[in-house]
Amino acid sequence: MKQSVIRLEKVWKIYTMGQVEVPALRGIDIDIKQNDFVAIMGPSGSGKSTAMNMVGALDIPTKGRVFLDNIDIATLGESELAQIRGRKIGFIFQQFNLIPTLSALENVTLPMIFQGVPKAERIKRACDLLCKVGLGDRVHHKPNELSGGQQQRVAISRALANNPEVILADEPTGNLDSKTGLEFMESLRRLNRVEKKTIVMVTHDEKIARQADRTEYLKDGQIVKRR
Amino acid sequence: MLKDYFKLAVTSLLHRKLRAWLTMLGIFIGIAAVVSLIGLGEGLRIAITSQFGISTTEVLSIQAGGLSGAGPPGTGVVNPLTDDDVTAISRLSTVEKVIPRILESGQLEYNDKVIFGYAMSIPEGEARTFAYDTLDIAAEKGRLLKDGDTGKVVLGNNFLTDNVGLDKKVEVGNSVLIQGKKFQVIGITEKKGSFIFDNIVHMQEAELKDLFNVGNTVNVIVVQVKDPDQMEKAQADIERLLRKRRDVKVGEEDFEVQTPGAALQQLNDVLVGVSVFIAVIASISIVVGAIGITNTMFTSVTERKKQIGIMKSIGAQNKDIFYLFLFESGMLGLLGAMVGTIIGTLISFFGTLGINAWVNASAHPQINLVLIFSALAGGFLIGAASGVVPALRAARLTPVKAMR
Repeated sequence: MKQSVIRLEKVWKIYTMGQVEVPALRGIDIDIKQNDFVAIMGPSGSGKSTAMNMVGALDIPTKGRVFLDNIDIATLGESELAQIRGRKIGFIFQQFNLIPTLSALENVTLPMIFQGVPKAERIKRACDLLCKVGLGDRVHHKPNELSGGQQQRVAISRALANNPEVILADEPTGNLDSKTGLEFMESLRRLNRVEKKTIVMVTHDEKIARQADRTEYLKDGQIVKRR
Repeated sequence: MLKDYFKLAVTSLLHRKLRAWLTMLGIFIGIAAVVSLIGLGEGLRIAITSQFGISTTEVLSIQAGGLSGAGPPGTGVVNPLTDDDVTAISRLSTVEKVIPRILESGQLEYNDKVIFGYAMSIPEGEARTFAYDTLDIAAEKGRLLKDGDTGKVVLGNNFLTDNVGLDKKVEVGNSVLIQGKKFQVIGITEKKGSFIFDNIVHMQEAELKDLFNVGNTVNVIVVQVKDPDQMEKAQADIERLLRKRRDVKVGEEDFEVQTPGAALQQLNDVLVGVSVFIAVIASISIVVGAIGITNTMFTSVTERKKQIGIMKSIGAQNKDIFYLFLFESGMLGLLGAMVGTIIGTLISFFGTLGINAWVNASAHPQINLVLIFSALAGGFLIGAASGVVPALRAARLTPVKAMR
């Protein structure tokens, strides 16, 4: 039986806006096991971004519990959580979210700096990752000197920098044309099948969600369907 | 890790060059002021000393008090010193030599121009050498006055460069009219850098007394004591004698006996005043610079909230973000201090050169490694301290809030 990597148990997230309390998640349960390829799908405002923050241990729930490798994240200090997050989870964002002042190589080495990886090792690893995605000749280019597809590939390399167990992708094809989007999905699938990475993807696109092995449908902060 | 923070901070600053330069302004003006103040120390002291006409020779100088107008030392007083005072002082057991100095204001005519200035008496005989030594006077052109000269004068250095308003240089051998009487110029003194000494006319004591109808008035009495260790006793003796002669009580003296210590004290007071003034300006600009850095860092944190969020989501801990921003503000201070140190060093170097040329001295700029290191370290610390609060604010942002 596969081991649970990330588990959400009856997770509530309630935002307070002035006097009004707005529940973004209403008691959701999600269990992500090793080597899963899961899509979290839902329309705008369904709470999928909040769900992604919970899965990625970027936020703590108002009620309920989030387990990372069976450890309740509420018991971890902020620094400890950041360390574990940096080591175990690689993030790919819709807007790529690269640091504009740093080159492709520096962007990819950044997560390794925070994990204390020695300089020579992190440069070698970053170069390898960028070469693998076909950006070997673009390592010293800044994000604004790269196309959207190239930036997304830098973002993938950065997500893989610390060789994490889980890749978390938030609307990963949202800013890509359909061809580049398909190429990206192919890369995710390869990471899941060949490199045995656990993939969690948040999307509002049914076609993209269908590429995953499992889909959790969110509506009004609740899981309404599982496929 | 520190090297990485340093590199990231520099990268970030290079991305906002203009803002970084503007932020550094306050720090580099402050540091430049401090470095140049310290670097110019010796030069400033020499420049001010020469303005006061203080020589290093250990002598006492006596002036009557109760000024009735502005002018050089001892002039325009209500109850002046007299030749009889000079004689009485010379009889004191602690006194070796006494020289009266007379300063008179009058007119000098040359090249059909008339100017007004001061003439100074030069005594006869052995006292002449003593006078020249104590005043540290030497001739640049021609020679100084000697016994037996009549109808001859020596002029201050400004007459040579025509800084006195005669529209023509005065050369050795030329004649000038002083109070309408013709005198031949036999020498021009070396530059002293002092307004009084560079514009003055040296005259034989007897001729000056005669020409200005001085009578037995004396402006300054210069006293050499027998034993330099007995300076204070000699001062007390002179004060007691003059109190008796002028019929004044202790604490009500209308005269002043100044020791080299007192003169140096006066000089130090001026130096302290100048230093305090510059230090105040430096402090204000450093405080303004520090506030500027804090402000820039707050702006930077707000602008880069999303970046902070990204970095936190890819594993940056609070301390990483804190150090990144702290290094960045520290670098602002350090770069400001670097520019300030370079400017301060240049000011000290050229300032000292200027002072040396002005007062004919050989001062050196007091710039050394300790000063440079302290200025740079100080700049970094001021910058870092200014960035603590913005860096804390950045570090405490949660990833979700930062990226929203």
